[in-house]
Amino acid sequence: MDDDRPIFLQIAELIENSIIDGSLVEEAQVPSTNELAAFHRINPATAAKGVNQLVSEGTLYKRRGIGMFVAEGARARLRERRRERFTEQYVEPLLAEARKLGIGHDELMKMIDSSGAVVGRDLG
Amino acid sequence: MTAVATAHGLTKRFGDVTALDDVSFELAEHTIYGLLGRNGAGKTTLMQILTGQAFASSGKVSVFDAPPVENPAVLSKVCFVRESQRYPHVYTVRHVFRTARRLFANWDDTFAHSLAADFQLPAGRLVRRLSRGMLSALGVTVGLAARAPLTFFDEPYLGLDPAARQLFYDRLLADYAEHPRTVVLSTHLIDEVSDLVERVLLLDRGRLLLDEDADDLRGRAVAATGRAEAVDGFAAGRTELHRERLSGLIRATVLDGLGPHAKALAQTLNVELEPLSLQQLVVRLTVPPTTTAPADREAAR
Repeated sequence: MDDDRPIFLQIAELIENSIIDGSLVEEAQVPSTNELAAFHRINPATAAKGVNQLVSEGTLYKRRGIGMFVAEGARARLRERRRERFTEQYVEPLLAEARKLGIGHDELMKMIDSSGAVVGRDLG
Repeated sequence: MTAVATAHGLTKRFGDVTALDDVSFELAEHTIYGLLGRNGAGKTTLMQILTGQAFASSGKVSVFDAPPVENPAVLSKVCFVRESQRYPHVYTVRHVFRTARRLFANWDDTFAHSLAADFQLPAGRLVRRLSRGMLSALGVTVGLAARAPLTFFDEPYLGLDPAARQLFYDRLLADYAEHPRTVVLSTHLIDEVSDLVERVLLLDRGRLLLDEDADDLRGRAVAATGRAEAVDGFAAGRTELHRERLSGLIRATVLDGLGPHAKALAQTLNVELEPLSLQQLVVRLTVPPTTTAPADREAAR
C-alpha cells in the first residue's frame, strides 16, 4: 500500500480497477472484508471501510447473510468517473513535466502518436 | 464506541521521574492499537497500570468498568505478553499452556498447539532451555491463544526473525477476524505493523502525543524538496517538523501538505512532495529538534 493515501481508499480503488478491467463482472461476488484483509495484510476494519464506501456509492450492494456483489451498471459509471478525472490525474502532470523539459506541442504530439501506435489497438 | 478500558489524567511518578504525565484515552472494543513511542516514553508503565501490575500516582483507570488491581474478574479478560516474562524453573512449554488454560476463559488449546507447530516450538522443552526466539514465540502463542478480550503485546518479538514475525502478523489478523477483540501492540517496528493497526497511540516522554486512526495519519506529513525560495513558499503557514539542505536544495518536513490545494501549489512552485510513512512521522514527532544534521552545520559555517 502507498503511504500517501488512506488504505481504505486504496482498497476501494483496487476493487474498482477489477470492475473496470472486467475481472469482477456485474453481479459477481467480491471478496469478503476478512479475505481482503488477509490478502493485503491490513486491518479488517480498514478493508470494511473501503468496501462500505463502494456500497454507499452504489458500486457494490449487500445481500444479507451472503456478501457483497457488483451492482448493475457499476462498470459504466466507474469508467465515466475515471474519464472525468483523466485530465487532472494524467494530462496535467504530463504537461507540467513537458514544460519543465522544454518539450513543445508538436514534439509531444509526435511522442504520443508513436507510443499510441502500440496502445491504440487496445484503445480501439 | 464501547470502551473496554479508560484512563483519565493518568500520572505515574518514580521519584523525580514522571513516567506518565496526565494521560487520558479510551480503548475501544474490537480494535487493534499500535502503542508507539521511544524507549522510556512510558509504554510499559502504561500497560502495567492497565493490567493491574502497578498503581498510578494520580488519575483514574478502569478496565471493563472496574479498577484492574487485584480484580480477578477483570484480569481473566486481560492478557499481557511481555518480553521479560518469567516462568517457574521446572516449566515446559506444555506446562505454560496448561496454566494459561486456567487463567484465560477463552483459551483455545488446539489453536495454541497449532501455533506452537507453526513456530516450531517443542511442547516438551523446558522453558529455561528455549532460545530467545523460541521464548518470544511462546509469548505470542500464549497471547494469541488466550483470545483475551483485551490483549497487550509489549515488544513481543525481540527474538523473532522476520519470517516468524510475518507469521505472527498473519495469525493475528486471521484470528482477530474470526474472534474480534482489543489488541494493543507496543512496538518499534512501525513499518511492519502500520497496515495492521486501526488506531495509533503515540507516547512521548510520558505525554500522549497522538490518539488517531492510522489511516488518517497516512500522508499527514510530507517531505517537500526543492529550491530554497520555493520550499519556503510551500512551507509558509504549515507546521514544519524538520529541515535539511544539500547545496541549493532544501527538504522540509511539514504537516498537512498533501491536500489538492497543497499539491497544486507544489506543482506551481516546482516542489517535489513525498509522503511520510507512519514510522517516519513518528520519528519526526519524537526526535528532539536540537540535533543538527552535518549538512546544516556546513551551511551555518
